[in-house]
Amino acid sequence: MSDLHYLSPRTLDEAIKAFSDAGETARILAGGTDLLVQMRAGTVRPGTIIDIKKIGEMTDIEEAPDGSFVVGAAVSGAVLAEHPRFGAVWPGVLEAVNLIGSTQIQGRASAGGNLCNASPAGDSVPALVAAGATVTVAGPNGRRQLPVEAVPAGPGRTNLARGEIVVGFRFPPRPPGSSDAYLRMIPRTEMDIAVVGCGVSLTLRDGICTAARVALGAVAPTVLLVEAAGKALTGSKLDDAAVDAAAAACRAVCRPIDDKRGTIEYRTKIAGVLLKRAVRIAADRVRGA
Amino acid sequence: MAKLQVSTTINGEPVEFLCSPGETMLDALRGPLGLTGSKEGCGSGDCGACTITLDGRLVCSCLVLAAEAEGRQIGTIEGMAKGGHLHPLQTKFLEMAALQCGICTPGVLMAARALLERNPDPTEEEVRFWLAGNLCRCTGYDKIVRAVLETAAELREAAQ
Ligand SMILES: Cc1cc2nc3c(=O)[nH]c(=O)nc-3n(C[C@H](O)[C@H](O)[C@H](O)COP(=O)(O)OP(=O)(O)OC[C@H]3O[C@@H](n4cnc5c(N)ncnc54)[C@H](O)[C@@H]3O)c2cc1C
Ligand code: FES
Ligand code: FES
Repeated sequence: MSDLHYLSPRTLDEAIKAFSDAGETARILAGGTDLLVQMRAGTVRPGTIIDIKKIGEMTDIEEAPDGSFVVGAAVSGAVLAEHPRFGAVWPGVLEAVNLIGSTQIQGRASAGGNLCNASPAGDSVPALVAAGATVTVAGPNGRRQLPVEAVPAGPGRTNLARGEIVVGFRFPPRPPGSSDAYLRMIPRTEMDIAVVGCGVSLTLRDGICTAARVALGAVAPTVLLVEAAGKALTGSKLDDAAVDAAAAACRAVCRPIDDKRGTIEYRTKIAGVLLKRAVRIAADRVRGA
Repeated sequence: MAKLQVSTTINGEPVEFLCSPGETMLDALRGPLGLTGSKEGCGSGDCGACTITLDGRLVCSCLVLAAEAEGRQIGTIEGMAKGGHLHPLQTKFLEMAALQCGICTPGVLMAARALLERNPDPTEEEVRFWLAGNLCRCTGYDKIVRAVLETAAELREAAQ
């Protein structure tokens, strides 16, 4: 780390310029709860660190009049939890972000860092995908929007082009009767990596599910949007047959690793179990239970 | 290597120091700043022995770059006792023997104080959950949790 540089630009334009000028070994710093661990372990040796937390757009949370939210990529879990409205509209996204690490980690860890670190087990990602959130990405060639599920490319890899920075997440306006939930299975009760994670977002009208999105984490090289599971729920009363079909769709897409923390068979089975529980929680939240 | 000059506030006092760009806040505290109360248990965010506050928020100082302190407010365990008077949590920890080797204690105290500032009447479960990022190899946690709950009860009584 002898020639390491630290920069803390105050505008996005400066950050983009610094990021592309600094070349291959430049790294963005949000909360540092992955980056600093990786630097200490020697797996990442940045030449330049670009701290994005002095850029307003990266640390703001905004609710638009149409009910959509824009959350800066570097907003920490603790700050998101203190927002007066976000958790009421997106309880599943908030619970997923707040599951990341301890109180101290929550003081720093961001959803942007969780997404860009591209662990298949990142807790916030399935919830963001289920929510239908999009990311705004900015780079030397301007800005573009993409769905959250388009960002991860594989363990530790993203589809961001060289020099691109995630600026923030946009959450679409919520129709009445909507809610979401995130559940993860971990061998311990706290402070552990998900063996399976499942995010569900749904809308109910007169007891009928009119829209549903389901995403799974830790069961494939990237977080998966399970469209077939969403389809199985949509149009139903969330009766056992529909929920069983959605659970089967979740099991069908699993391509998990096999390790001491969870065998393929176990992870696959749990994906279906978590789906069922997360659907119930999201539906109960709609009904105000 | 070019050193960075950092102007910050530590425990209410303006401080200037030099650091290298990759240095952590924990290393700066324990090295040039001579504040060795914050401990290094793991260096990877798992143990909480290095807990400080950054603009009032609990963080692991081993996962903060020293350069990030520029223009911000740092709080360390050295700022907990005021004018030679221990904080009620510190007194209670001594009284109830909520420590053995003491390595985890600065971090536990910093975290416990932040909890009581936000929630003066936590349940046992809330205390345990809040302190889940503070590992202790000695006490088995029970005495720590009791001491926090007891301090909270006394502070509530005193406030009435
Ligand atoms: C003790 C401990 C417990 C943890 N527990 C969990 C857990 O339970 N669940 C979980 O999912 N994770 C966990 N983590 C991992 C980590 O905390 C999360 O992945 C966190 O969300 C990372 O966010 P950050 O802001 O700290 O990212 P950083 O470390 O700042 O960044 C992570 C990576 O993303 C890149 N990056 C960050 N922001 C951007 C951006 N806006 N644009 C482009 N690239 C960017 C960085 O260059 C880096 O490569 C834990 C970590 C620790 C140390
Ligand atoms: S030394 Fe920082 S968390 Fe262990
Ligand atoms: S008293 Fe020894 S680690 Fe807690």
